[in-house]
Amino acid sequence: MDAYTILQQAISGVATGGIYASVALAVVMIYRAIDHFNFAQGEMAMFSTYIAWSLMHAGLPYWWAFILTLAISFLGGVLIERVIFRPIHDAPVLSHVVVFIGLLAIFNSAAGFIWDYTIKPFPSPFASGGLFGSTLISLHKAGMIAVTLVVLGLVYAFFRFTEVGLAMRAAAQNPESARLVGVRVEWMTALGWGMAAAIGAVAGMMIAHDVYLEPNMMIGVLLYGFAGAIVGGVDSPGGAVFGGFLVGIIENLVGLVPFVGSELKLTVALVLIVGVLMVRPSGIFGTRVVRRV
Amino acid sequence: MSRPLLEVGNLTAGYGQTRVLHRLGFDLGEGEIATILGANGAGKTTTLRALCGMVRREGEIRFDGRPIGGLSTEEVVRRGIAHVPEGRGTFVRLTVEENLRLAAITRKDRSAVAADFERVYDYFPRLRERRRQQAGTLSGGEQQMLAIGRALMLRPRLMLLDEPSFGLAPMIVQDIFGILRTINSEDRVSMLLVEQNASLALDLANRAYVLETGRLVLSGPAAKIREDDSVRRSYLGY
Ligand SMILES: Nc1ncnc2c1ncn2[C@@H]1O[C@H](COP(=O)(O)OP(=O)(O)OP(=O)(O)O)[C@@H](O)[C@H]1O
Ligand SMILES: [Mg+2]
Repeated sequence: MDAYTILQQAISGVATGGIYASVALAVVMIYRAIDHFNFAQGEMAMFSTYIAWSLMHAGLPYWWAFILTLAISFLGGVLIERVIFRPIHDAPVLSHVVVFIGLLAIFNSAAGFIWDYTIKPFPSPFASGGLFGSTLISLHKAGMIAVTLVVLGLVYAFFRFTEVGLAMRAAAQNPESARLVGVRVEWMTALGWGMAAAIGAVAGMMIAHDVYLEPNMMIGVLLYGFAGAIVGGVDSPGGAVFGGFLVGIIENLVGLVPFVGSELKLTVALVLIVGVLMVRPSGIFGTRVVRRV
Repeated sequence: MSRPLLEVGNLTAGYGQTRVLHRLGFDLGEGEIATILGANGAGKTTTLRALCGMVRREGEIRFDGRPIGGLSTEEVVRRGIAHVPEGRGTFVRLTVEENLRLAAITRKDRSAVAADFERVYDYFPRLRERRRQQAGTLSGGEQQMLAIGRALMLRPRLMLLDEPSFGLAPMIVQDIFGILRTINSEDRVSMLLVEQNASLALDLANRAYVLETGRLVLSGPAAKIREDDSVRRSYLGY
């Protein structure tokens, strides 16, 4: 094993890490709004990817299908919040877990029912071959990295620089105070769901080319996304993104280690995560605010 | 006389099965300052919370002639009522400036917002110095200033103030009450003030109400209430 292979794997890890980072970000956004882990995030993304597939199948060019899928996913996310989670927002944790798992099962079997369980290839919007003709990274992986970075950058700019982004941060942090400055907290929560669904959809569409489209395609991704979110710190969007990339890179590099190979890399990655949490229980960036009491 | 800014009738409120407020009725005129006195647990905080929909309530609440008793907190606030809550409600992870900016997001008058930033920073120079700092790192007094600043950024017509002097050094309390007086006289913002420091509150207010276990037992001009024997004994301590 040489330096080149290591570099190659690391870059590949950045590409998949971006997907985990997106899923982690989606999970954290919903977690901050409603204090629960959305176990159905992966299946929602998978369903979105099927919608994109159908749109392309109907003849829409890739990027049109991409944008339309984002819009549909966004509305779907808002709708899920309004119809399912708003009514149960005061319910205990276990009720939420049950509903999330129910949602997961519904999306999974609905996808199987509508599009059947056969594995489908999913196109990449990028040409095949290597970036600048090299074997270091494929054009698809490079494009994947670019798309995730654009998405993450947009989300960052939204929260950092817009009024609505500020209102969403406030609503997540302190709903009661947010109401006292006139923020419509319920709508901020719904907006968070919509954005999380759209971010998940991007991740689904990007990874589907590699893992192929099928109803269970997001299970592994969601696990790594959760791991990224927890390692980074579940209440820190930036931390979750960092954690996602970290998990992606570790996963790929660990695969290079003799005896580990691709069978054990999930295990080793998870062991590393447990290790991080033993040292820093709230994750690397889990916020511990400097606060006077 | 014109119609009062705030009219409250038969206001009942509570938590779960327990009723805390029993059929309160009072008015507040435009530009007026009223204070609610009462022992711990009398229901002062609950009264303010009921007015802006933070607890379940029944009865009539009219603001500027229009009923607001059925509105959610955010809609009440958008009508022009700013609540400075007990505990100050700081957004600890946002900067001081973001805390203030947040309170202006419902406003359309951008240039007036810029002027209000300056005004708040002029009232509270400490906040200007610390505007890039995480609000959670402010001292208690600074957080109280921030809470009042946030309320001002809403450009309210009525402010509900829940113990603005709580935990503050006497000097700072004097400052803050001076600023409240200025806000009231310059902008004609009406105020409903809950305060443990009854003497201070009666100095600032035009009217006073005394609340005992959720019932109004006394009301009148602040100067009159100050002379009342039972009030002197219970709240003024002489
Ligand atoms: N969240 C709550 N749940 C249940 N009961 C509550 C709650 N908040 C207040 N109460 C009860 O309502 C009553 C009135 O409380 P409230 O906070 O309005 O009193 P207060 O007059 O503001 O007192 P203080 O001067 O101590 O602030 C008290 O008996 C209190 O126990
Ligand atoms: Mg109180």
